[in-house]
Amino acid sequence: MKRWLVLLLLLVSAAAAALEPIKFTDDAEETRFRELSAELRCVMCQNQSLADSNAQIAHDLRMQVLALMREGKTNREIKEYLVARYSEFVLYSPPVRPSTWLLWFGPGLILLGGAVVLAVVVRRRADGAPATPPSEDSQEW
Amino acid sequence: MIKRLLPLFAFMALAVLLAAGVMRNSGKDTSAIPSPLIGKPAPAFSLPVLGDPTRLVSGADLLGRPYLLNVWGSWCPACRDEHPVITELAASGSVRVIGYDYKDTTEDAQRWLEQFGNPYDLVIADEAGLAALDWGIYGAPESFLVDASGIVRWKFVGPMTSEVVRDQLLPELEKLK
Repeated sequence: MKRWLVLLLLLVSAAAAALEPIKFTDDAEETRFRELSAELRCVMCQNQSLADSNAQIAHDLRMQVLALMREGKTNREIKEYLVARYSEFVLYSPPVRPSTWLLWFGPGLILLGGAVVLAVVVRRRADGAPATPPSEDSQEW
Repeated sequence: MIKRLLPLFAFMALAVLLAAGVMRNSGKDTSAIPSPLIGKPAPAFSLPVLGDPTRLVSGADLLGRPYLLNVWGSWCPACRDEHPVITELAASGSVRVIGYDYKDTTEDAQRWLEQFGNPYDLVIADEAGLAALDWGIYGAPESFLVDASGIVRWKFVGPMTSEVVRDQLLPELEKLK
């Protein structure tokens, strides 16, 4: 029991050490930093945002984002800075361009296709049902 | 009959779509981010030579002949796997190999090189890892091929194997001639 407690304590303190706090000058800066780093993707662990990741490079990039913010760069400029170095991988919402059309509009198209199929099926049933009651052998299901 | 098989067809179509997706990505390292630097000038930098902080090396000092910038660190196990490949490449003389010691201490890096051998023409040290951001480096090992006029031609993320050298790096070098 005691051993587990010690282990737990060690784990918690390791996690705390990894998340060293950033000193923000004011709340507005903190809010802006949190929003911005949540929109950026960690390059090392690609299923986490820059804000969530404990990877060393994510820490370095967070520091760089903060430094750029303090230099007076806009969010857009900071994103451009990162894209120029790490490509559009760093953006959680990629720009709408011909090469990303499928990504942006594909799900909508599939949904639309499904809706069309559904409408056709429903209409066909509504048309057919009253006139011809299902006979024995058409009940395949 | 056809109607009865319709769900099966739909399922098969979906299976084919998913299989195509898997096939397209199989054998590819999906964690490797394509470098936006390819075809562009290497970022400006000024970094000290490992073990000699007074001697600074900049991109301009390396112009004239192509070089392979190999990012490594003594803390990086994959770099140890890659090391024989780098050693062989450097010994073959096909390209200058410049070491980029990333987020490391001088003592650890020098001990590592003493232990495993130093294949590099020159090792520059980026202890803080800040200059690395301009290169789009996000780990080690990574390797950049830069041509004689300082344009980045090729990048590889992860440990290079002799197959990578043969099938990718050497053809890229051939193109520079």
